[in-house]
Amino acid sequence: MSKGVKYKNEKRLEILKTYKIYIGGKFPRTESGRYYNPLDSKGNILGNICLSSRKDFRNAVVAARSASVGWSARTAFNRSQILYRLGEILEGRRAQFIEELKIQGSTSAKAEKEVNNSIDRLIYYAGWCDKYQQIFSSVNPVSSSYYNFSVCEPMGVVAIIAPEENSLIGLVSVIAPVVAGGNTCVVLASESKPLCSVTFAEVINSSDVPGGVINILTGNAKELAGHFSSHMDVNAIIYSRTDKEELKNIQINASENMKRVFYWKSDWFSVKAQNPYKIRDLQEIKTTWHPIEQIGGAGSGY
Amino acid sequence: MTTIINNNEIIIPDFRNTPLIDQVGTEERVSRFTKRSIKNEAKEAGLSMVLSMIDLTTLEGADTQGKVKQMCYKARHLHDSVPGLPTVAAVCVYPSLVSVAKKELIGTDIKVASVATAFPAGQTPLKVKIADTQFAIDQGADEVDMVISRGRFHSGDYNYVFDEIASIKNICNDVRLKVILETGELGALDKVRRASDIAMHAGADFIKTSTGKIKPAATLPVTLIMLEAIRDYHEKTGIMVGMKPAGGISNSKLALHYLIMVKEVLGDAWLTNRWFRFGASSLANDVLKQIVKLRTGRYQSNDYFSID
Repeated sequence: MSKGVKYKNEKRLEILKTYKIYIGGKFPRTESGRYYNPLDSKGNILGNICLSSRKDFRNAVVAARSASVGWSARTAFNRSQILYRLGEILEGRRAQFIEELKIQGSTSAKAEKEVNNSIDRLIYYAGWCDKYQQIFSSVNPVSSSYYNFSVCEPMGVVAIIAPEENSLIGLVSVIAPVVAGGNTCVVLASESKPLCSVTFAEVINSSDVPGGVINILTGNAKELAGHFSSHMDVNAIIYSRTDKEELKNIQINASENMKRVFYWKSDWFSVKAQNPYKIRDLQEIKTTWHPIEQIGGAGSGY
Repeated sequence: MTTIINNNEIIIPDFRNTPLIDQVGTEERVSRFTKRSIKNEAKEAGLSMVLSMIDLTTLEGADTQGKVKQMCYKARHLHDSVPGLPTVAAVCVYPSLVSVAKKELIGTDIKVASVATAFPAGQTPLKVKIADTQFAIDQGADEVDMVISRGRFHSGDYNYVFDEIASIKNICNDVRLKVILETGELGALDKVRRASDIAMHAGADFIKTSTGKIKPAATLPVTLIMLEAIRDYHEKTGIMVGMKPAGGISNSKLALHYLIMVKEVLGDAWLTNRWFRFGASSLANDVLKQIVKLRTGRYQSNDYFSID
């Protein structure tokens, strides 16, 4: 069990945290009632962690789908504010995250760096929320009397299998660009290091992120990847682990409803892990033809 | 309380003495229905049965002929890519759109139900309600869904409510009469039981929970009380009365809970669309999604089903 702060002069029973999953803005236990015990490097049990089932995933997709309409309709500026708020709240809980990362096997220095980078990454994507549209949209030259333009639209519900290592910075790095672009998501957290992923759900819960926009499950990727990739109401899937066989199966399953599949692999500590193209990955481009009275050469506008 | 049918003489009971209902006991009983496990073949059979019991409904001020035609098409072709599905039991529309629905459903077994008697409030004089009902019948409605006068019921004017239902029944002949109690406006379960008894004694072929315009609409406890009233009435008179929960039943799991309740309270005889219906508009798609999920193993998306 996790070792919290020790009080020197007091003998008391430590109250241990129940690590639960996060669906639709609530913290339920897994519907299956199952759990697993990840171990730290010394073989101590980290906690009783929910072993999520396909029904938890289904419930999470329902929550993500119903949150999708509202979230994508928020102004870009408002999404930016909310992402910034995530960073603010995470900043205020640095100590807790550093502690948990250490319990999961990180060193003090590395844990502190991971938390710092995670906060910075949230701020980075908060900044991009109302800027990527200008970069990726375009007015296209066409040789007829049409005004032709292409704009970004969020894909909808994105299933994410988050990195197994770096369970905080990895998690933040895959969630932030997805929600910055107006998508909602269901994330499978690191299986071996789930503590700070679940605690990050508490940060989300107190940061004005509407329920259902980010849903976090814990459990086994082998068991869940098939359901993540075959669900017909999921529009895209991001895989950021190393099992090539698993990725191949995801691609096969995803073909059924033409899910977009992305393989995101990176050194998550590096600044190279953050860029607006990650936001662009989860955008569909809508091109519109609009008639104009005269073509540009005649000096007309639209 | 008894109805005595003796030498063709019907004695109407005193409705002030209908049974009182234990609400806590009812809720505990209902919670049991939600814990039955129905999987695989049984689930698919249950879902198919749910589809066959749906009264596909549109009751909006904005309803157009086009909307009704579209709904009738859906009633006939629930999801053509899945073979072997039943059609729904009926479509339910306002009287002015009955003839449109009737024409669209020629050659099918799908019934056309019409709401009447100044649905949903029912706040008009009896002769207007009779004219409203007569119009629906003349237009070709196979079933009429009437509302009771809740105001009169609350005033204790049970005779008025009884007579009103009986007058409508009087012009219905072969047309099956569903009596909407609007349980969301009745309050306690005791009142639900009382209104159910009045409706059945006055000649209802079906008793129905709600208009769908008031919340709460159909709930499991309310439906249980109505099913028990039907059971008691059947025991005393031998007459079968149908049940139609309406409004708020929008997912498959809940619909299956209702079927379990019908089976355990009334038995298999009621498990057909002659005696049990769901009044719903969005339930059909959820059931279809579950059926496709059972057959393909993939959870489904609204993107692949018709828009309600």
